[in-house]
Amino acid sequence: MDDVVRLLQLAINGAAAGCIYGMVALGFVLIYKATEMVNFAQGELMMLGAFFAYTFVSILGFNYWVGFVLAIFATAAFGYLLDAIVLRRVIGQPQFAVVMLTLGLAFIFRAVAGAIWGYDAVGFTTPFTNKIANLGGGLVLGQDNLSIIVGTVILCAVLYLFFSRTRLGIAMQASSQNQLAAYYMGIPVRTVFSLIWAISAGVAAVAAMLLVPVQMIDVNMGIVGLKAFGAAVLGGFGSIPGALVGGIVIGVVEQMAGYYLPAGSMELTSNVVLLAVLILRPQGLFGQVIRKRV
Amino acid sequence: MSQLKTDYAQDLVLARKPSSLAWYGLLLAILLLIPHTLSEFYVGEMSFVFIYAIAGVGLMLLTGYTGLVSLGHAAFLGIGAYANAILLAKGVPFALSLPAAGLIAAFAGVVIGIPTLRMSGLYLAIATLAFGSIVGLVAEKWDSLTGGFDGFPVPHPSVLGLVITAPTGVYYLALGVLVLVVLVAMNILRSPLGRAMVAIRDSEISAQSMGINLALYKTVAFAISAGITGLAGALFALYVRHLAPDSFGVLLSIQLVTIVFIGGLGSLQGAIFGAIFVAQLPQVIAIVRDDLPFGIGRMPGLEPSLFGLILVLVIMFEPAGIHGRWLKLKRWCREFPLHRRAAFRRQKTYAKTDRLR
Amino acid sequence: MSSGAEPMNGYFSARDLAMHFGGIRAVEGVSFDVRQGEVFSIIGPNGAGKTTIFNMISRIYTPSAGSLHFAGQDITSIAPHRIAGLGIARTFQNIELFANASLLQNLLIGRHCHSTVPILSQLVFLPSVRRAEVAHRRRAEEVIEFLGLQRYRDQLIANLPYGVRKVVELARALCTEPKLLLLDEPSSGLNVEETEEMAFWIDDIKKDLGITIIMVEHDMKLVTAVSDRVMALNQGSILAMGTSAEVQSDPEVIRAYIGGEVAPATGAAPGDVR
Repeated sequence: MDDVVRLLQLAINGAAAGCIYGMVALGFVLIYKATEMVNFAQGELMMLGAFFAYTFVSILGFNYWVGFVLAIFATAAFGYLLDAIVLRRVIGQPQFAVVMLTLGLAFIFRAVAGAIWGYDAVGFTTPFTNKIANLGGGLVLGQDNLSIIVGTVILCAVLYLFFSRTRLGIAMQASSQNQLAAYYMGIPVRTVFSLIWAISAGVAAVAAMLLVPVQMIDVNMGIVGLKAFGAAVLGGFGSIPGALVGGIVIGVVEQMAGYYLPAGSMELTSNVVLLAVLILRPQGLFGQVIRKRV
Repeated sequence: MSQLKTDYAQDLVLARKPSSLAWYGLLLAILLLIPHTLSEFYVGEMSFVFIYAIAGVGLMLLTGYTGLVSLGHAAFLGIGAYANAILLAKGVPFALSLPAAGLIAAFAGVVIGIPTLRMSGLYLAIATLAFGSIVGLVAEKWDSLTGGFDGFPVPHPSVLGLVITAPTGVYYLALGVLVLVVLVAMNILRSPLGRAMVAIRDSEISAQSMGINLALYKTVAFAISAGITGLAGALFALYVRHLAPDSFGVLLSIQLVTIVFIGGLGSLQGAIFGAIFVAQLPQVIAIVRDDLPFGIGRMPGLEPSLFGLILVLVIMFEPAGIHGRWLKLKRWCREFPLHRRAAFRRQKTYAKTDRLR
Repeated sequence: MSSGAEPMNGYFSARDLAMHFGGIRAVEGVSFDVRQGEVFSIIGPNGAGKTTIFNMISRIYTPSAGSLHFAGQDITSIAPHRIAGLGIARTFQNIELFANASLLQNLLIGRHCHSTVPILSQLVFLPSVRRAEVAHRRRAEEVIEFLGLQRYRDQLIANLPYGVRKVVELARALCTEPKLLLLDEPSSGLNVEETEEMAFWIDDIKKDLGITIIMVEHDMKLVTAVSDRVMALNQGSILAMGTSAEVQSDPEVIRAYIGGEVAPATGAAPGDVR
């Protein structure tokens, strides 16, 4: 019986970590679907989101929920400006140039964050910190992990409603599928792209807020972006539900590997999964293969 | 002035103009004399530039000419470094351990090259990034072979009876290997192999219809690139004298890609320019650090952020890199004062979608 | 269903060729024979499956059913990169040149299937490599002369006008010394003069070089001028086969074109060939 409880606990903790990976991966996918750019600085956007939240809640002393909302908007505005000022200029350059550009941006963000907030890890208390939910049957879970899972579900519902029900969301979908046609239909494609960057950054901020109860904030927390690649690739790199499912799979496998396999396996998990998927099933779990026409 | 040609073989020589041959000879002569004139510090810095340049040429062949992006090349550098150090420690003579390090790295290149054959662009970048992280982790955890975090002391090798201890020895070794590697790269580029690589970069589908075996040539490109980078790693081991697993991480991979990017994709000279830049940036920062206003110089993390900033600026404003800027400068000097602004305007390019491959 | 056992009466034969993409039947039950030395044109409205047939011949696609034979050999499932070595070269509808290489380099890449020097000897550029390179260069120069491309020899493809690129693609295909040449819409994007020139070249390639040609083309004037036989396709199946006049007067063909769409006008492209 203990084994079952242990397994369940590992699975839920893994799912919580996986939700974070999934949300960062979601950021990649949103931007990739729309602009064919891959933002290697997505993890750093999450880091900035966490520091914004720290600023509002801990330094300026706002209420947690007010700080939550402000942090999301601040990060989203940052994402919007990032596209409008920097990334819009490199449209038309090879995809790899964008990869290098965002890698360069990641360095800059880390240094700027370090200069502003310092290099020491910080944190603040949230309504979920150090609280425990007893689900019965000997299953004891931290509210922090549960809040991550619940928060992810809410975020997904909001995004789903936005993309399927609102005019703007539908315009964004249209722009992703055919930029030229969307442009001819009177959709301001450039602005839409910047808004997608804003949403993507906002999602990163949500991930950061949900991560705060379980992890300290520091300039290198964006490294989670590397694991999120595994999630995005596993999900097919163009699929929003795929990114989340991929994240959860990697999170759970990682927890299991950390418990049952020798030391070091946990850190290897996401990369090994990623390579295996790329080699064995490059289209991922939900992707489709499209071939170039000649 | 270029002379008139009378024979097709004249297009096959390495230096098209006698004057450029003379310049390269002069450059080599100066480089050979440097250890006798400059202090040990500068000799060491130059060796470091040579090592980066070797790796840069290796990566340029893969990324700049074959169009395959690798964000995991630090792994090959690390494999070359550890292979050389471990072989030397086991008593293998340097004359064997150096080529062996290159071959082992080349083999690793094949190992990652074959499974990634069908990938291109973004997916390859992510796959190589993951490969690089895995190799780094393995180096950390496999203590019995690599010494783990305690590091691995590199024995002093002897070449022709001379034990290489002083930086001068490493300098001449690195210079020799660099010259050799550049010559091989130039040979590749004027051979069917080099043309096949360019063909794969520009259009896989038509390369295939011209009879180019994509799988074979991509694997060969990976092997050669990894092998050359492994040689750089072998020399790197001699240079640092003490290997630590965390020196071959993602950051180094990105530095290597920056070499080819800042230098200018598709140019061997670019790889050298890029190597000078990336290897010497920390020195430049160290020199100007105290003179910067507002205490910027004392800011931790200044180096990676400047590194990132320059990368961003290059991509935004000069995608052809240092080499491209150099060509424009040459042209400007030739045409002065009759140059037209429009001649330097960047041609608008349109994204080739990578989703439909 | 017929199989490969059926006698092949052409230099190049396709038997019951089919290509399905998911549920879409792009090509279904197409059989034809091409005689040595003739120009065989494939016409049909957009989406009729013409380029799909080319892609099956050059092995970019593997046919869902049917077989392909060339010069007595079954080529239905050989590796795509071996097609050029067998003597089948092609051009592409939307130009697939190596844009960041010079014209000469493009043509030399066309020589790749005749390159026999081992890779290791290329690394040190042995005298044998040098001799082979000079020989390849000589062949490439012959093609440059044949198509009058001398003045563009060292220019990057990216800097050449569209009309010239179209000719360069033809030149690159000729550099492989093909026995069978597949031309995918050789006149698309060319203006009237350039199309006329293309017609001359196609005729020269057939008469002077003795190369068999299969051509996909929309411009009926060009088709009539150069073709020995014409095959009309619609929705993946053969409508008619015969001389250009016969096919154009076939009621089925007329219905397919008028009921469907008219062949697009050849648009004028900047730049000339001379």
